[in-house]
This record gives sequence, structure tokens and C-alpha cells, in this order.
Amino acid sequence: MSQIHIQNGRIIDPANNIDRIGSVYIADGQIMSVTHEPAGFTPDTIIDAGNQIVCPGFIDLSTRLREPGQSRKATFKSETVAAASAGVTTMCLQPDTVPVIDTAAVAELVKDLAEKTGYQQIYPIAALTRKLEGIELSSMLSLKQAGCIAVGNASQPVQNLLILRRAMEYAASHDLLLIFRPNDYWLGNKGCAHEGAFATRYGLPGIPEAAETIALSHCLELAELTGCRVHFGQISCKRAVIKIHQAKKYGLNVSADVAIHQLHLTENDIQPFDSSYHVLPPLRTETDKNALRQGLASGTLDAICSDHQPHDMDAKLGAFPETEPGISSLETLLPLMLRLVAQQKITLQQGIAALSTNPARILRLNSGALTPGFTADVCVFNPELNWQIDAESWQSQGLNTPFWGQTMTGKVTHTLQAGKLIYRQGE
Amino acid sequence: MSSNLQLNSEGKLKHFLTLEGLSKELLTEILDTAESFAGMSDSQVKKVPLLRGKTIVNLFFENSTRTRTTFELAATRLSADVLSMNIATSATSKGESLLDTIRNLEAMFVDMFVVRHAISGAAHFIAQHTAPHISVINAGDGQHAHPTQAMLDMFTIRQIKQDFSSLRVAIIGDILHSRVARSQIQALNILGAAEVRVIAPKTLLPAHVESLGVTVSHNLTEGLKDIDVIIMLRLQKERMTSALLPSESEYFKCFGLTEDKLKIANPDAIVMHPGPINRGVEIDSKVADGPQSVILKQVSNGIAVRMAIMAMAMQTSAAAPGRSAIVGNN
Repeated sequence: MSQIHIQNGRIIDPANNIDRIGSVYIADGQIMSVTHEPAGFTPDTIIDAGNQIVCPGFIDLSTRLREPGQSRKATFKSETVAAASAGVTTMCLQPDTVPVIDTAAVAELVKDLAEKTGYQQIYPIAALTRKLEGIELSSMLSLKQAGCIAVGNASQPVQNLLILRRAMEYAASHDLLLIFRPNDYWLGNKGCAHEGAFATRYGLPGIPEAAETIALSHCLELAELTGCRVHFGQISCKRAVIKIHQAKKYGLNVSADVAIHQLHLTENDIQPFDSSYHVLPPLRTETDKNALRQGLASGTLDAICSDHQPHDMDAKLGAFPETEPGISSLETLLPLMLRLVAQQKITLQQGIAALSTNPARILRLNSGALTPGFTADVCVFNPELNWQIDAESWQSQGLNTPFWGQTMTGKVTHTLQAGKLIYRQGE
Repeated sequence: MSSNLQLNSEGKLKHFLTLEGLSKELLTEILDTAESFAGMSDSQVKKVPLLRGKTIVNLFFENSTRTRTTFELAATRLSADVLSMNIATSATSKGESLLDTIRNLEAMFVDMFVVRHAISGAAHFIAQHTAPHISVINAGDGQHAHPTQAMLDMFTIRQIKQDFSSLRVAIIGDILHSRVARSQIQALNILGAAEVRVIAPKTLLPAHVESLGVTVSHNLTEGLKDIDVIIMLRLQKERMTSALLPSESEYFKCFGLTEDKLKIANPDAIVMHPGPINRGVEIDSKVADGPQSVILKQVSNGIAVRMAIMAMAMQTSAAAPGRSAIVGNN
């Protein structure tokens, strides 16, 4: 198999505490070395990464590619191109596809679609409950054997705590990670915006922080009771960050991520009734945004996810509460992370770790680091390059981003997935 | 953005969707224009040819008798052709059907849409997507805004109280679900009222109601002190089934306006209600029909205010005669 030599780049590998100019040697889909040229190394590809950063490929803990079932919104083909161009080499798919990923057959269909697209590292998250209804357990073991990396109930709350307890016990029995978005069904009150000044002014049904923190508290208690490993997805408010900090300090085996847009946008940024800002959990306040940034810097929040949700035009065409929530966000993941670094909210090492090292640890993958023997998932990016979000640059089929038209700084130039070059800028 | 959407490049009214972002001058102009039309209603000739040849479509996705009829009368008195449509909202993909409905009507050479819809933001959405020559008037969208109702209330207040700057106004009842209250609060703040006070239990107030520029009271007896204008809001029956209130009788006991409670307010205070009223729930019949009530005045003022808003919004597209022409018909 091919050998690749990436040279002259600034290598940042948080797992191995590396930050220096050097070379990465890749063979047979694996990292060979980042210190010295292996004996008999004869690269067939040399990538010059001068003035660029070389780091582990990004691992996205929450993505929706809309297949099967909703190919009018996006397809594996369109979204894997977007992912590769964004340096994302591994994606966890939320189970709320049509049909739901609640049987081995659907999980296998997803794996097949990934195979056919030529983008190998797509891991379905198995539905925790059948049809995500929160009533009956899914066949978690069969789903795990069919390639699911974790279990979760996507955006659907499990209303009955006894069922959640049993689902967590069953998941723990098979050493399955639960990926859980805390959201109390009743307190959520079918809202579409944060219960704050914006929702008050525009007469929109609001979602209080308590909808998140109460569901989070329930799940933390059940994590202790059941011993289930839990990863909390898309944390959106300050009080949730505090609770996760306390739980970690107490010694619970939990982790958490935040969606990239939550680190930049608040309810104050929402243009009246502009549906591109309609996202769940909702954009909250300046205080929450700052707490999320601090949580990331302190390590309370382990990872940043894209929470990529591409939509077709019609889904976003309507009065705000009637539109579908979600932001198309794979391609803004890196530049918006770099924006936090430029604003000195986190270090570059922290940002890269939140996108690679830490998600790999949470998912127990042999990637997310440039350790010899690990899967050669590598991202090379130019941290200075400015580019504009427009129809020409954008790859995702979903154009639903509130950052449309803005200039981003930082662009991926090469993406390697298991030693295979899946993206090269300009091709 | 919302204000830009409503005004044309010369700062004139193009759509009327919300009071947010509109100036005191513009609101005063609406009230002045309405005054000239109000005088006309008493005269023998009730019509002016301002909107002759124009087609106005009342698009009511939500039922309403009072608002729809006053809009119809207002349009008729401006000599426009009026078509009223009651469209039941379908449960699925309302966004698409809403846009399709609009597109179909546009094809019939419509000049103005008057829209009532159960979802907040529906009128904005239509204004953003309709053909550029069409004006959109919001006749109530979800829990967001009902700006023509608020303006007719302002008109009624000004008729009686003349000046806003010394007025303390209390809005009582279900603020949380009320588009009328949101628009009234904005109008009163823009026109410079001394105080806007909301009085309700916490369950009927939005979480961040102070951010609207109001003071808050949970007690009617305390809240009515020094008040010049009392605005009662209608209490929907479904608030009881959604655990926002225990019972109608307890609500009436705490927040119902009775003659005794009315005495706490300033002696010349007026009592308003956007209607339809629930006698014995939010207001006692003796107060509703009493000397301080201006509830029916509000209804008749609705026509003049809506005429003014329609005429002003259409002036941006039509070379309609100015106010002098209107007054000349008096």
C-alpha cells in the first residue's frame, strides 16, 4: 500500500504533546513515525505542508447525513465531500434517519452507503429505544455487532425514567457508550428558542435552561446507579457546565461536547424570524456562551461537535416556529474553532484536542493522535487562509448556515483518512 | 431588520408588521391620519376614493370576526376591492402551503394582504417573500404582534387623555400569550408613556417580561395604584387545562376588575379591553358597561385607524392623495 510523507508542517498532536515543525510518515494506512524516517521508506506521495498545520483528522460526535430517507436534504455523497474538505475523518451519525437506526439491517445499510461513497469511517449511533419513542429498548447488542459505536436517542427525550434506567443498564451490560442530549420533554414545552429576551419579544415558545439541566441531573443520577458510560451531547448553558464539572470532580465516568455554533452565537445574534438561526438546543445568552467557552478551556467540556444538520430550502422556508431546526455546520467547524483561538479563548492545542484527541478517547478509537500504529487520519490546514462562504466554496447540500456570506479564516488543504488522501484543496 | 423590512427607502411605511423599530413621528402620523378619517365616519359620505382600483385580500388563517370586519369596512371606505378568505391551517407543511397560497393570490394582481395567522412571524415571512409591489398588514401573528389593535388602542387613549407623557398604563391578564399586549407595550414605550405596568400571575407572564420595558406586579390591588389607563386582556379557557391557572373563579377573585378594584386606580382612569370580553372572568359587567369603560369606542375607532394604516402603506406604491385630500372630503 502507498507511503506518504508530509513534510515541513507544524505538527500539533495533543495526545503526544507534540508541537514542532517536522514530518509525518505514513504507510499501509497507519502512522509510522513523527520523529524519524522509517528504514526503507519510499514515499509515493510527498505533501509539502510548509506554513501549515498538521494534526489528527477531526472526529465529529454528532452528524446527520440525511440518508437513508431524506436525500432531498442531503446525501452521503454530498456530505462526505463536505466533511473531507473540512478535515473531518470520522463521523458519528445520529439515529434519527428514516427509518430510524434501530435494527441491525438499517445499521448495515448505513455502513454499506459509507462503503459505496468511499468514505469509510462513518459510525452509526444506535437508537436507544425503538423508533426513538422511549418505550421499548432497541436490540443494542445486534446494533453494536452491526457496527454501531454507541447508543443514543438523538433529539428525542426518554420521558419515562424507569425506561431510561433500564436502557442504561442494558447498554452498560454490553459496555456501550450512551450519547445523550439532555432535554426534558415537558419543560421543553415544544419551544423553538431560548426562554429569554428574544423569545419574549417575538412571542415564541421558549425553552428554559432547566429543560437541559433537569434532564442532565436525572441522567447523572442514573449514570451512577447503572454504571453506564455517558457522553452528553450539545450542552448549551452555564448551569449544565457547572453540573458536569461537579459530576466529573465527584468521579463519574462522563464526558460532554458542545456544538460549534453555541460557542459563537447567542439569542442576541438572531435576526427577527430568520430561520437559519433556528437550532436546538437553542442559542442562549452571552453568559452561557462565555461559560461554554470556559468549560472548553478548563476541560469540563471535552469535545466540540458540528451537530451538522443540512436542510433543503423548504425546511427553512416558513414562519420561524414552523421551520425545522438545525445548522449545516461541517465546513465552519475548523474556522470557528480557530476564531476561538484568535480570540484567545482556548489554545490551538486545546481546539485540536477537542476536535480529535478527546472524541477518539470518548469513542475508544485508535485515532485522534499521530501515535505510531494508529490509523493515519490526518488533517493539514492553512490557519491564515481567508475564504468566503458562498455557493462556490460551500460543499454541503444544506445551505442553512447563519454564517452565509461571511469570511472565514482557516482552510483545510489535505485530508487523509486511513492513509488515503480523500481531499486536496483545489481538486 | 424588522423595521427596514417595513419601511421603504424613504422611510415611509411599506408593510405594517410590528411596532418595533418605528418612530414616534410615524406613530403620531398614523394617529393624526386616523383622526381625519374618524371625523369622516360620522358624515353622510363614508367613502373616499383613495384606494380605488386597488385589490386588498384579507387572509385569515385564524378565525376573527371583529378584526376582519373592521378591516373589510376600512378597505371598503377607501374604495378598494376587498376579498376576505378564511383559510383553515393544515397540520403539515404549513410553510409551503402558506407560500403557495400567497403565490397563487399574487397571480391575481393583489395590492395588499391583510394577514392573520396562528404562528408568530407569519406576517414577516409573507412580507419577505411576496412580490415587491405588495404591502402586508399584520392583523395578528401568533403571540408576536397585533399592531393595528395596539394603534387603535393608542388612538382611543389619545382621544381621551391627549398626552402620553404623564400616563401610567396597566395591562392586566394573560401577557404571555398576548400579541396585543406585546404591541401595546411597544406602542406605549415609543409614544413615551410614563409607565407601563403589567399585572398578572407569574404563569401568565413571559420569563423576561421586564426586557420589554415594563414594571411588574403580581397583585391587582397594589398594581392599580396611580393608574390612568387600565387595559384588560381576554383570558382563554384553555389556560385552565394547561395548568397555568387553577380556576376561573380564583382568577376573577385575584385579577378580575370589579368596581371596588377600579376605585384603587386614579378617579378618571379609563377601562379598555381588546375584546371579546369574558364577563365575570376578567371583568365585571358593571365595569365593562360602566362610565369609565371605552370598550365600544375602541371598536369604532378600529375602522379609522385601519383606514389610516392601509392608506399610508399603499401610498408607497400608489400616488395616493395626501392628508389634505382626505380632510377635504370631510
